[in-house]
Order: sequence, then structure tokens, then C-alpha cells
Amino acid sequence: MSSAARALDPGPAGDLRWFAPGTHITVRGLVKRFAEATVYDGFDLDIPRGRIVSVFGPNGCGKSTLINIISGLLPHDSGSILFDGKTIAETRIGYVFQNYREALFPWSRAIENIAYPLRRMGLGRTERKRRIEALIARFDVPIDFNRYPYELSGGQQQTVSIMRALVVEPEVLFLDEPFSALDYEMTLLMRDQLQKVFMDTRTTTVLVSHDLEEAVWLADKVLLLTRQPTRIAEFVDIDIARPRHDRTLTDPNFIALRSHCLEVFRREARAA
Amino acid sequence: MKATHTSKGEQFGTRLKDFARRLTPLAGVLIFLVAWHLAWAAAIVDPVLLPSPIAMFEAMLTGLQGDLGYHFLRTVERTVISFLIAAAIAMPLGLLLGSSVQLYRGCEFIIDFFRSTPASAVFPLFLVLFGVGDETKILVAVFGASLVILFNVAYGVMNVRQTRLLAAKVMGANRFQVLRDVVVWESLPQSFIGLRNGVSLALIIIIVAEMFIGSSDGLGYRLIEAQMLFRMPEMYAAIFLAGGLGYGLNVIFLLLEKRVIHWGGR
Repeated sequence: MSSAARALDPGPAGDLRWFAPGTHITVRGLVKRFAEATVYDGFDLDIPRGRIVSVFGPNGCGKSTLINIISGLLPHDSGSILFDGKTIAETRIGYVFQNYREALFPWSRAIENIAYPLRRMGLGRTERKRRIEALIARFDVPIDFNRYPYELSGGQQQTVSIMRALVVEPEVLFLDEPFSALDYEMTLLMRDQLQKVFMDTRTTTVLVSHDLEEAVWLADKVLLLTRQPTRIAEFVDIDIARPRHDRTLTDPNFIALRSHCLEVFRREARAA
Repeated sequence: MKATHTSKGEQFGTRLKDFARRLTPLAGVLIFLVAWHLAWAAAIVDPVLLPSPIAMFEAMLTGLQGDLGYHFLRTVERTVISFLIAAAIAMPLGLLLGSSVQLYRGCEFIIDFFRSTPASAVFPLFLVLFGVGDETKILVAVFGASLVILFNVAYGVMNVRQTRLLAAKVMGANRFQVLRDVVVWESLPQSFIGLRNGVSLALIIIIVAEMFIGSSDGLGYRLIEAQMLFRMPEMYAAIFLAGGLGYGLNVIFLLLEKRVIHWGGR
């Protein structure tokens, strides 16, 4: 059965192969145990294609654990995770770490950092050059890419990280609290940048955030999680047109959605 | 006018301070030499046992015009060969051991034990095994230096930042590529500490070996020869030359380290 037909066929209840149309990533029956706790016990999730999904929830609910499992960085105990029916090994992804200082390679220049995943894909020098130049043109940021990461500001370093993740033209982009080490001014700038790139490429994006305003502002859908064992508290649609601006932050619709998310979050954080 | 004058004066003041700061390390040397000279002049110690620094420098210069330079180079040669062999053995082995925590835990006691064993204690054994030739001196130095390098490389590998490993992995690097592109680089600062300590240790062992294991050349040989013939200025000259060699090797490694590990600490 083709994936489109499968998507249209609702199938019997409990059929793990069933997923809603427009779905990109399906998580079914995910189980993840650590020595002292079961974080996920039969967790199901559909992540839509070409949308930004923000993951938000109480401390220690396993936000980062979830995207690390989906992106294949962390093994899980059971359950299936498929990208359009493909496994993670068959899927090209980009991943942006929270700590850019520890994720970039300080012994290589910024440009070599960005070229690294292209090398691992086995692309030749000219093709690498072409792709990197196209990416730099799209980003249009005043960064000297011949410098070493430690010679760049925090925002510039994280921009290089994001470019390194995007240069392979990933099917899915994962970001783990990408702006939490930056100051507020830089965070606003980087949100804009990320939105611009997203509107250009429409890459399916999964973002973990510890800042509700950022989570709602960036997302098409906010995934609110409960305390452990983690379930979906609510998967909120954020129906606000793009491009979103600074003034979106004071838009009544935005405020209402953020308040609703905050309410759900408060409820879940209180639940012992 | 007055303001300019003041600022010029201040400028001169800072320049003078700057100059003084640069000379500070030399001050210690100067005080040391003056104190030595005064001690000699006042004959606090028997002048035969403690010649003047001038006599020492004279002996060093005459020696270098003679065959002291040859002996010096022999010591350098033995030290460098031992160091290179030690590094060639210990660096790949350290990478291997550090990559597997289980493997390292298994070898940890053996490494720590032999690392703590004074290398001079194995001289008699190595003499029996390999005879009194150059090989024995070099092998003992290799034994000592390689354990120091091995320990540091393995330690550096084990403390590689996990985020960086994951970053390489998520970008499609296989195990070998992660090792080559991340682990080797990440462990380099710690490896350099091992290399620097390794070359110092190799020098110590080589000098001792040249003194006591049937040698006919090298700084160690010259030291013991000068002592036996009671040529004190020559002995002091050899001591300071050995010191200069050790110091010089250390400086070379520090400079190399600064160049290679340009990202260190940042």
C-alpha cells in the first residue's frame, strides 16, 4: 500500500500504520526507560509536514529526550518512529544543539564547519562550494566565515550551527533550545532568521523551547507535554499568518493562544 | 600644554613600567648569578667545589669549541629517538584504550602501576635483556615516556565532549570518521601535555643512562667524567647545558602547542 493510500485509509482502531494526511513523522507506542524512571510509556505522536512544531512542558518531562529519540541520537526501548514510512537511517536530518560552543568544531573555520556534513555525504569540492555559497546568499548575515568559531559572537556561532544543519537540505530540522544561551535582542533576531529560512524552505521543523513566548511565536503547532510518564497534554494549533513580527507579540489572537498554552502548562506543572 | 605634558609623562611612565615588566623574568637570573658570584668571592663554600659563574661559562665555551657540542648532540639524538618511538607507540594505543571505557578499565591498574614505577628501576632488567648498547638506554626511555603519553592520550579521549560526538554522528560520520574528525582533535590538548611530560622524562632517563650504563658519549657521560677527574667548572657547564636542553625542549613544545591548539581554552 502506498503511503498516500495508507494515509487516506483510516484503518481499524489501534492500527499503528494509520496516520493523518499531511503527516511527516509518526511516533507509535514509544517506550523509553531510564534507570530510575519511565519517561515514555506507549507514546503516540504525529508531526505534520512542512510545519514548525514547538515542544513545551514542565521541567524534566523529557522534551529534549523526545527529539533526541526521534532524531536517532538516543536509543529507545520499543515503539516505531517513521519519516514518511522511512527509518531515521534513511532520512536526511539536521540537528541544532543548545550549546553551540560544544557542538561546533573549534579547530575548523566556520566555513569548514558548514562544509562538514556535505563531506560526510560524499559531495565533491565544487558541489560543496556551490551549496554553501547558495546558503550564505540566502542567510545574508554579516559573518566572516573564514574565522574560527571562537572568534565569532554567540549569535553568529549559533547561526553557523543552524547553517551547518541546513546545508544538507534536510527533510527534518531539529532544534534543541537553540536560543537559550543568547541574550534577548539576539534571540529576537534569530527567531526572525529562523522564520525567514523556514518560509523559504518549508522544512518540517521540531523545536524544543523553554520559553513559551518563543514556542508560540515560532510554531504552527505547540506540543504541550505532561509530567512523567509523559503524555500529550494538548497539541495546540497556532493559527497566525506568517511572516510574524515583533508586533505579533501584542496581537490579541497571539496573547489568547499563549495564555491558553500557559494555562495548560500550569495545570500540568501542578499535577503531582 | 600642561595636559599634553602630563600625558607624555604618563606615556613615558607606562613605557617604563612595560619595560620593567619585560625585564622581571631576567631579574631572577641576575640575582642568582650575582649571589653565586658573591658566594664564591666570599669563599662560603670551598672554591674548588663551587667555581665562579665566570669560570663555569668559560668552561662551557671552551667545551663547546671542543667536543662538548658533540656530546650535547648525542644526548639530543637519543632523547628525540626515544621520544619519537614512544609517541608512535603510545598515541595510537592511547586512542584505542581511551575509545573503550571497558578496555581502559581493564588496563588501568597495569598502566598506573608501571607509570608510577621509577623507570630507573628497570635498568638492570633491560641491561640483562638487551646488553649495554644504545638500545638499552633508548628502550628504558621509551618505556618511561610511552606510559606518560599513553595515559594522557587515553585520558583526553575519554573526556571528549559528548555533544561534539553526537554532532558528528548526526551529520553522518561513522565510527572511524568520528574518531578521526573529532576524538583526535578533542584529545589533542591533553595529548600535548603527555608529549611534553614524555620528552622531559625521556631526557632524564637518557642522562642517567649515559652516566651509569657503559657510555662513551653524551652529556651524562661528560658529567660523570668531569666529576671523576674533579674538573668542577666542566661539571657545572654540563649541568647547565642539560638544564638548558630540558628547558629548551619544554619551550619548543609550549610554542608548538600554542600554534597547533589555537582554540585551547576558548
